[in-house]
Amino acid sequence: MSAREIFSSRNPYFAISVGVVAGIFVLTAVGGFIILPYAQPELKFAGIWDVICSAAGLPQRSASSDAVQPVRRLSEVVLTPTTLAHPTQESIGRGATLAQRCAICHGPTGVSRADSPNLAGQYGSVIYKELVDFRSGARTNAVMAPFAVNLTDREIADLAAYYAFLPRLPAYHPQQQLRKPRVVIYGAPIRGVAPCGSCHGSLDNKAGSPWLEGQSETYLKFQLHAFASGQRTNDISQQMRNIARAMTPQEIDEAAAYYASQPSEIVKATD
Amino acid sequence: MLVNRKLILAHFWLAFGGFGLALLLGAWQMFVRSPLYAWISNPEWYYRSLTAHGTVMGYVFPTLVAMGFGYAITESALQQRLVGVRWAWAGFWLIVLGAVMAMVPVALGRASVLYTFYPPLIGNAFYYVGVVLVVVGSWIWVALMSINLRVWRREHPGEPVPLAMFANVAGSYLWAWTAVGAALELLLQIIPVALGWKTTIDAGLARVFFSWTLHAIVYFWLMPTYIAYYTIVPRAIGGRLYSDSMGRIAFILFLIVAMPIGIHHTFADPQVGAGFKFIHSAFTALVALPTLLTVFTICASVEIAGRLRGGRGLFGWIAVLPWKNPIMLAVAFSFVLLGFGGAGGLINMSYQLDTTVHNTQWITGHFHLIFGGAIVIMYFAIAYDLWPHLTGRALPDLRLARAQLWLWFVGMIVTTFPWHWVGILGMPRRMAYYDYADPAISPQAFSVTLSAIGAIILLISGLLFLFILATAHRQTATEAGAYRFSVAVHPPTTVPIALNTFALWVALMIGLTVTNYGYPIAVLASRPDTSVPAVYVGAQ
Repeated sequence: MSAREIFSSRNPYFAISVGVVAGIFVLTAVGGFIILPYAQPELKFAGIWDVICSAAGLPQRSASSDAVQPVRRLSEVVLTPTTLAHPTQESIGRGATLAQRCAICHGPTGVSRADSPNLAGQYGSVIYKELVDFRSGARTNAVMAPFAVNLTDREIADLAAYYAFLPRLPAYHPQQQLRKPRVVIYGAPIRGVAPCGSCHGSLDNKAGSPWLEGQSETYLKFQLHAFASGQRTNDISQQMRNIARAMTPQEIDEAAAYYASQPSEIVKATD
Repeated sequence: MLVNRKLILAHFWLAFGGFGLALLLGAWQMFVRSPLYAWISNPEWYYRSLTAHGTVMGYVFPTLVAMGFGYAITESALQQRLVGVRWAWAGFWLIVLGAVMAMVPVALGRASVLYTFYPPLIGNAFYYVGVVLVVVGSWIWVALMSINLRVWRREHPGEPVPLAMFANVAGSYLWAWTAVGAALELLLQIIPVALGWKTTIDAGLARVFFSWTLHAIVYFWLMPTYIAYYTIVPRAIGGRLYSDSMGRIAFILFLIVAMPIGIHHTFADPQVGAGFKFIHSAFTALVALPTLLTVFTICASVEIAGRLRGGRGLFGWIAVLPWKNPIMLAVAFSFVLLGFGGAGGLINMSYQLDTTVHNTQWITGHFHLIFGGAIVIMYFAIAYDLWPHLTGRALPDLRLARAQLWLWFVGMIVTTFPWHWVGILGMPRRMAYYDYADPAISPQAFSVTLSAIGAIILLISGLLFLFILATAHRQTATEAGAYRFSVAVHPPTTVPIALNTFALWVALMIGLTVTNYGYPIAVLASRPDTSVPAVYVGAQ
């Protein structure tokens, strides 16, 4: 039997198998695209075509409302393995010159005495992301924004290279080291809070997440509250807002106090 | 007539060697995330290990078993020398190269994305290229199966294709088509991003492409097992196959409906319409049909063996079955595990019931029960059955083989039943660790400990399996005779052309792919606003 004879309506195997398969498809399509949507009284449809489009998953803009626009600018930073790879000595040098402007708050050696973040030895990706966000308005701060707004891409990369190049120095106000609180090691799985250490180092480090050891306790607390209240929104997938919202005030205090008490020399991506 | 024994042995040894290593990683993962061990403090190690475990167990191991078994079937069922031996070796070496290329970045922690890829997570490009090479190597096998069947047909015009070869070629066509989904995802979406040509990826479309592969791949894994049910078991226990036609119909049904059902893996995904989810759910129900046909046919065939051995009465034939024969033991265990796994699968494919178990350890339990249990235990049986013919030496001691199968059966139940249970309690999967001191999850500590113990039992069984195969090479040489497949009660003399060829069934498979996947893929691919920034593993 040739191919033509197989694919012929006179061949009972062809007729029956294609008929049964087509029949099942049509039946399930009627069920899935028409009967089931109508069986859900909470769904309101304009007509049968609306029902079918909705079940097919065609995104539709309803006539009554426009698409929701975000109230705030969101972060648009994309980091690839090559964005900041292999900075040159010239790049670090240019960054050092540019960093003169930052010294008033972040300290001449990248260690702050003003409850601003210590930048010496911070990951390049972190400096890069925050500066791009300050420049675009995704992160707002009355003091930082004017500094960032006129930076070029190259200047931001130079600053990132410079601060990543600096050695981490002991924090200005070392205290007695505290024990790791639960939220840092385990998070709070039942409330969907990942451990701090799973992104900020010790358990693991994720791109764009800063190390926190030796940072100002006031600064850390302020940022967690800003994430929780929605005042700060430059976390790309809302991960910090979701976590900070679910943290108890006590957990916020413990985490901030713990990280502030750690010397920054101990920073490692993983223990 | 097994001529190219080295080729077949190379496939099996690479498959089982990889399986041993991946099993070791699996047992380690179970152990370190259980309450038996203080946390290793580094989830990256866990995910690295998980990626290696999944990649080897999901892509490398079953593909090599299907290939090696396929070559053995070609030579022994068709009674002709394999055509294209050089190409077969080329396919083998491509898989070796691909597996090494994929595993190096995984071992270095540059591709801890799990074997299901999960974009927008993007790992090192060599990982994906390695997986592509493994698939390309297996496509050579697909072509060879088709060519060898064609050669045989030319010399035997009009004769029924032996069931083993018919099923083998059906499995190879299923694999060829189902691998296209993941291949499109890798080549069009992931690899360009991994190479840095693009920085955004449509993760929703990628998931739809992967679902194209993800469910039918299970049936590709299942093919050697089903071939063994039909063509090894009745012969090995001294019976007859109840129906040759039933076997053909079952494999044809797998070819048609295994493929257009994968969207039940994306029930919780917003980018796929509910109508398509319903269609896929209904077609998933259909795929139970060939399995039920198989269970019926094989039980009938086993009953024939029991009656031939003098069994009487309603259940008397069960007691007289050759329970000391490892193949008998394996098929019984495989059916029990398939029964439990299949029952769980009915829950997963139901839109509403799935919501309660979605992304929980229930799912992990389910696919380990089906793949690690029902399928892999028959891979053991295939190896035990073929080994004397490949090595020319008898197995060292059947008691060892029986002990190994018992350990695997018990170990798989001890591992997966508690997994199902904690899944119902809501324990999510893909988590590197838990704090069992937390009062909310401390009651689950016992179940997790139990399943970790099950993993240790499985590891012992797996190592015993490798030991038996290795020592078999050192036995004294014996003549095992020609490798034969089971004979049907009514051996086919003529078969309707439709049950002897594939064109119609492959056309239906592709047609259903177009109807069930065409629109969701087209609409996602054509929209400009569905991509998200890639998240590069290890970018800092």
